[in-house]
Amino acid sequence: MSLHSSARVESVLDLVGNTPLIRLRSVEARAGGDVEIWAKCEFENPGGSVKDRAARQMVLDARADGRLADGTTLIDSTSGNTGVAYAMIGAALGIPITLVMPANVSMARKSITQAYGTELVYSSELEGSDGAIRLARARVAEDPDRYFFPDQYSNPSNPRAHYLGTGAEILAAIGDRITHFATGVGTTGTIMGTGRRLKEERPHVEVVAVEPDDSFHGLEGLKHLDSSIVPKIWQPEGIVDRRLPMPTDEAWDAADLLCREEGVFVGHSAGANVAGACRVAKDAGPGAVVATILPDRGDRYFKPMAWEKHYVW
Amino acid sequence: MANVRIPTPLRKLTDGKEEVAAAGTTVGELITNLEENYPGIRARICDDDGSVRRFVNIFANDEDIRFLNNLDTPVKEGDEVSIVPAIAGGNG
Repeated sequence: MSLHSSARVESVLDLVGNTPLIRLRSVEARAGGDVEIWAKCEFENPGGSVKDRAARQMVLDARADGRLADGTTLIDSTSGNTGVAYAMIGAALGIPITLVMPANVSMARKSITQAYGTELVYSSELEGSDGAIRLARARVAEDPDRYFFPDQYSNPSNPRAHYLGTGAEILAAIGDRITHFATGVGTTGTIMGTGRRLKEERPHVEVVAVEPDDSFHGLEGLKHLDSSIVPKIWQPEGIVDRRLPMPTDEAWDAADLLCREEGVFVGHSAGANVAGACRVAKDAGPGAVVATILPDRGDRYFKPMAWEKHYVW
Repeated sequence: MANVRIPTPLRKLTDGKEEVAAAGTTVGELITNLEENYPGIRARICDDDGSVRRFVNIFANDEDIRFLNNLDTPVKEGDEVSIVPAIAGGNG
């Protein structure tokens, strides 16, 4: 079930997934026309982002096999959307949640997760998400029995969520017509799971990983793989056909255009994905049918007010 | 001299140093001085027109220079200036 359905559901967890695909005609025109570009509206998930899928799968799989026992605290490193997803799911299922995030995450981000009753721990603002990963690992090492550490960068349930959900849903919506799938890499869960599903059922589909073109970039949520701790779940052989370096400015401009031309207000990672899909469609030429992902909404990134001095927006 | 805190992705330009000293009376002058000592760093922080790139935040003693006088923000001996990319996280 999803937010656009009028069906009844038993829990907020049942609202995760089954998101719609929206056609982006202004982007198609920019790619030269005679192509189709379809974007999956992951902001329709109840926590507001694609991360609801991975978080739900990691929690449900860990409860099923005993890694997440009653009384155990779930801890992970996340500055944003995964944190919101854990906080929401933890509240719904009665699981205590601790989140490690860089200290310069905006007050809005901190407030969203805290609203669900989540405990926050801060890592250095200069070390980004890698610093948060290291601090979370250190906390777990000090007291391993107290915590369940899903580690979204290493947990096979993360891509599994997309294998079972995102990939299957795209196939159901576009089916045989899809020629390309382009999306950004952060934990790499979306591309690994969705890509594997697409390759299994439609081997001709070309899977393109969009990544920041530089280690110093402004694409929140995305990783420049060559300069980062490479996620264990990143196993691109046979799934990812190529990597597409994306400049921050091109992605930010794409996000602005989506808002102004399509009325779709999304975050910068969605801008990167759509800019990537546009390039892929342009290169492939007439007949290309490209699917991509809109991970979250733009209002999660409003610039802070002048009084808020340490931030990431 | 002011102390400039360098984010992880730019430390390969500063010989791995997390904090470096730079001379100047404004943030803009500090960046010019940084460029003399660590060639290539300006292009990572500023656009071709010289303004700070959209996704880069510079803090002078914990104040965002966008809310002060941007690159003309004055700095004095011992001030701490931080260069912080406007990101965090792991989508996808």
